[in-house]
Amino acid sequence: MKTAGIDIGSLTGKALILEDNNIISWSLIPTNPDSNVTVKKAIDIALEKANLSLDDMDYVVSTGYGRLVVPFAQRNITEISCHAKGAHWFFPEVRTILDMGGQDCKAIRCDDTGKVANFAMNDKCAAGAGRSMEVMADILQLPLDDLGKLSLEIVEAEVSISNTCVVFAKSEALSFLRRGKHRSDILAGVCEALATRVYSLMQRVGIEQEFVISGGIAKNIGIVKRLADKTGLNPRIAFEPQIVGALGAALFAQEIMQREQQT
Amino acid sequence: MVAIGVDIGSLTTKVAIVRDSKVMAHEVVLTGESSHEAATRAVQGAMSLAGVDIKDVAKFVSTGVGKSELPYDGEQATEVLCAVKGALFYYPSARTVIDMGAESVRVSRCGANGRVLNFGTNDKCASGTGTFLDTISKALEIKVEDLGPLSLQAKEEIIITATCAVFAESEVVGLIARGKDKASILGGIIKSIASRVYGLTNRVGINKDVIFIGGGAKNIGISKSLGDLIKQELLIPPDPQIVGAVGAALIAQERSQAS
Repeated sequence: MKTAGIDIGSLTGKALILEDNNIISWSLIPTNPDSNVTVKKAIDIALEKANLSLDDMDYVVSTGYGRLVVPFAQRNITEISCHAKGAHWFFPEVRTILDMGGQDCKAIRCDDTGKVANFAMNDKCAAGAGRSMEVMADILQLPLDDLGKLSLEIVEAEVSISNTCVVFAKSEALSFLRRGKHRSDILAGVCEALATRVYSLMQRVGIEQEFVISGGIAKNIGIVKRLADKTGLNPRIAFEPQIVGALGAALFAQEIMQREQQT
Repeated sequence: MVAIGVDIGSLTTKVAIVRDSKVMAHEVVLTGESSHEAATRAVQGAMSLAGVDIKDVAKFVSTGVGKSELPYDGEQATEVLCAVKGALFYYPSARTVIDMGAESVRVSRCGANGRVLNFGTNDKCASGTGTFLDTISKALEIKVEDLGPLSLQAKEEIIITATCAVFAESEVVGLIARGKDKASILGGIIKSIASRVYGLTNRVGINKDVIFIGGGAKNIGISKSLGDLIKQELLIPPDPQIVGAVGAALIAQERSQAS
């Protein structure tokens, strides 16, 4: 049985092909202003890697912020459910999931089957979302991928960022920069602020072992390390943390097919 | 003798000089990195415009986010108190004062005697502040002073769904990519800012007359939109940005007379 999951986020599009509970291929692309283009490109790349066509798919489930714009998906399922499902596939012992994407952040608690028990979400404010890291990468003129690592290489002392709002924090970071503060010291403050905000979201749903981080932020070691310190847990991260939602969607598709076959 | 009010904001520093309850001169400079330096520059500029010397100054009162950075001996007063005092000076009928600055919005309700009855502030979130407009002006490549007039030429109604200024900026970029005209996008942005300010105003309570001050009041789009939401015309002083500084100067005058 072959199914596909497609996760259209605010900054990236992901598609994943699943065959008999095994990941065959996936794609991860930046979003295009035209969501139709994002959807098509994401699925085409994943299918091409697997040497398959859309007709070979038994069932397709879409998720993410743009889940309603996937014309070939038979169903759409919220990203909360999909992330819990996907995280459970990677780490069956998972109970707490933190998923941070470009424009939102979700803390999810799930049961031993990967079903959502509780969740809290921030999708209203960029403070506490991945987008804030992009803003900082931009003003510090550093590649996004280097921010986490640099934030752990404090030169003098961590700079304390007093503003919550990303727009104000950006001006604050700029003025620190002009005053000659080291970029890594500023980044340490930025990452600490983001981790603190995310941690408080997690506390709202309760934190239990195993703790999985998914989404783009899982690639930021500065945030991961600080969250490990705050929770006192060792966060588990999938080999590609950005495809967890798409995987969950493909797993739901598989389940739906299995149920249909049984009846 | 004269009294001087210094309003040290996050973006601009404003100075007003009063004598016998009349504004003699005012000055506006960019605050930049050093509030101390900006305040010195603004005070000296205003003093030379008014033709007064430092020894003629009976008292300084500072206000604004940088009020502790006043480079002269003086006293401080809260932004709310200064805004109300200044608004009542221009319009004795003022009962609600909306002050929209670069990094904060303040709404105060007052009595005829200038007593503050209630107030509310947003200084935590850029949405609904002048900085948001600044961000959008960069994204649309339009000068800040042109934003208001252009927003009135909107061809279609665009609703900006994001509240957060960062997300709204991405939304604007997306709208441009989809070929929407700048005036209509701007119309949507201005409506969203106005509705944020309106939300705060509503929480504080609205009594007639409503006075709109601060840099935001220079934007015709916002004042129109906000007026529509409040369902009454907003009174805007000729130099809405300096009202806080005028208020501070009047407080300085009062305090020097009292002592």
